[in-house]
Amino acid sequence: MRIAVFSDIHANRQAFEASFAQAAAARPDRIVILGDIVGYGGDPDWAVERVAGLAAQGAVVVKGNHDAAIATPSTAMNDAASAALDWTRQQLSPAQAGFLSTLPMSAIIEDLEFVHASPASPASWPYITQNRDAERALAATKSRVTLCGHVHRPTLYHARSGGRVEHFVPISGVAVPLLAQRRWIGVLGSVGQPRDGVPAAAYALLDTSANTLTILRAPYDVAGAQAAIRAAGLPESLAARLARGA
Amino acid sequence: MPGRLAAGMVIDGFTLVAPLHRGGMAELWTVDTPNETKPLAMKIPFVHEGDDPTAIVGFEMEQMILPRLSGPHVPRYVASGEIEGKPYLVMERIDGTSLRPLMDEGPQRGEEVAALGAKVARALHALHLQHVIHFDIKPSNVMLRSSGEACLIDFGLSRHLHLPDLLSEEFRLPLGTGPYISPEQVLRQRNDPRSDQFALGVMLYVLATGHRPFGKPESLSALRKRIWRQPIPPRALNPDIQPWLQEIILRCLEVDPAMRYPSASQLSFALEHPEQTVLTERAHRLTRGNLMTAFKSWLRSIGQEAGDVTQALTPASAPIILVCVHLKAQASLLQAVHDTVTRLIASQAHMRLACLTVQKIRAVGIDSTLDAEGRNIHLHHLAELKHWAGDLAKAADQVTFHVIEASDPAAAVIDFARHNAVDQIVIGARSSSAIRRFLGSVSSRVVAEAPCTVTVVRARGEASINA
Repeated sequence: MRIAVFSDIHANRQAFEASFAQAAAARPDRIVILGDIVGYGGDPDWAVERVAGLAAQGAVVVKGNHDAAIATPSTAMNDAASAALDWTRQQLSPAQAGFLSTLPMSAIIEDLEFVHASPASPASWPYITQNRDAERALAATKSRVTLCGHVHRPTLYHARSGGRVEHFVPISGVAVPLLAQRRWIGVLGSVGQPRDGVPAAAYALLDTSANTLTILRAPYDVAGAQAAIRAAGLPESLAARLARGA
Repeated sequence: MPGRLAAGMVIDGFTLVAPLHRGGMAELWTVDTPNETKPLAMKIPFVHEGDDPTAIVGFEMEQMILPRLSGPHVPRYVASGEIEGKPYLVMERIDGTSLRPLMDEGPQRGEEVAALGAKVARALHALHLQHVIHFDIKPSNVMLRSSGEACLIDFGLSRHLHLPDLLSEEFRLPLGTGPYISPEQVLRQRNDPRSDQFALGVMLYVLATGHRPFGKPESLSALRKRIWRQPIPPRALNPDIQPWLQEIILRCLEVDPAMRYPSASQLSFALEHPEQTVLTERAHRLTRGNLMTAFKSWLRSIGQEAGDVTQALTPASAPIILVCVHLKAQASLLQAVHDTVTRLIASQAHMRLACLTVQKIRAVGIDSTLDAEGRNIHLHHLAELKHWAGDLAKAADQVTFHVIEASDPAAAVIDFARHNAVDQIVIGARSSSAIRRFLGSVSSRVVAEAPCTVTVVRARGEASINA
């Protein structure tokens, strides 16, 4: 089974369209959306409609902290994020907000787990940025492979039973074998707001028969996404960072 | 696998035939399967409680790396899997012998050492081009196929530069084999293909002298000695060793990887063309030198970037460029080729330039190059070629000159490129003419058949005149 996984779309229509079209060429059997469908970007209405449509066709969708903040504003967000969410709340219909609020926190398919931030206290949205964060995450799940988003920088964490957690920054387009003797936490990059210095949208293909995970990048119309952010009157920093991928 | 392995057992369709080898980390069996006619080997690591964890992790590395490798210089991957949580790997059984027995035969002739070294260096280059560093090059891990090519085996300590290095963080001890391990591996740096060159240098040293340059260290402090202390120069042990061979061996054994050959293909090139080796102080050294100065500057350089991904050099940044010079070509074309090469090498600090001219002979055996006249013509062409190169040759250790007599110049260029792992050919194209259209041009055949990038140079203006 081939699973295309998209995380942190953040209302970036151009980035999601480009990465989805690229992924579709690989004919995935399933689609997984790892949350943070909205926030930061200028097309929340489009993004929620698109993801809800995919969910209706069987896509697995889990909730991100920005999705949760539509119903329950968070005090932990920075000013730009809060400003974007305040604006986003006004753009969404009650049905769209309802779709976001009913999303599950995590999903499990066979030995795979999908969760926005981490399997360890997912509702407090911890960031997995170091080996010890991944260690906590591994301790909180029995799944062999867990895929998360939230950090916006791709990193693979892995450990064999009884061994230390190690990490690896995956190279775009290289299929990494998810060795069966290990457990894996894959922190995927972001579709709509990459922060690893590469502006192209990041997504992943998981191949369960070959047992590999491939991080891929889709170049997209950054100027178009920036224009949407500016047209919405959102903070300029949210537009500018897209060009840097940072 | 339940219980002990025994002949006749069937694992996922592979029938165990006979045990092949029992090493410290794994068992190797010959196996049969109905779909394969060529002999196969199955590797099964020891994964019991209390087994060396490097054996388990090393096997995982091999499981990741072997399926991604191809070519004659590695065993062909067939299958991998696991039974009851215990992994196995099936690969081609190499038809040939390892270099291990050769090491006990005492010193070999320099030409033989060089020929063998060039084979292993070519295999290393093929591996490095596939983004893999072996990190455990030693005689028992190099097989010679019956076809003559070197085949590298056992990727348990290897690293694929595009995949997680399962070994680097988990183990705090240097990973390698005592007599052969490079200084940077002793310091737990696992990112430079030139580490394999060091191990090959140790092998060449043993083959040439009959002695191990760093003995057989058993402790970590004994292992570290090679960082501080140069080996006894080979010629001090065996005066029959040619200065060029000592030059090449000691360059492989430089403590600082930056002082070694920029790539295994360049090492192979040096071993194939010993007469063009530029002899430095290394070639004439008869006592150990003082390493402290070089070592200190090297340590400073690796300390600069927090311990990882430092000065490592990939084959892509150390190309071999072949320029074909047709000495009878028009001056404007010769100049254009010269200009192109000048531009090309300006930004390539680690390149090697091979200047080649082909002297066309009518057919094999008719024009003898062994008689006095033939030798004169050869030397005359060599002098002309060097004159053409002019200031291209300012870094003498990076440029070689080759005059080849051949009846088929295009085939000679293509053979040279293939044999020497050339990365890019620069060749001039003469202006269009009726004769060339009739016979076909050398450059167009090189473009069509060369195993690498080809840059075709035209003198300015000619293309439009003749278009």
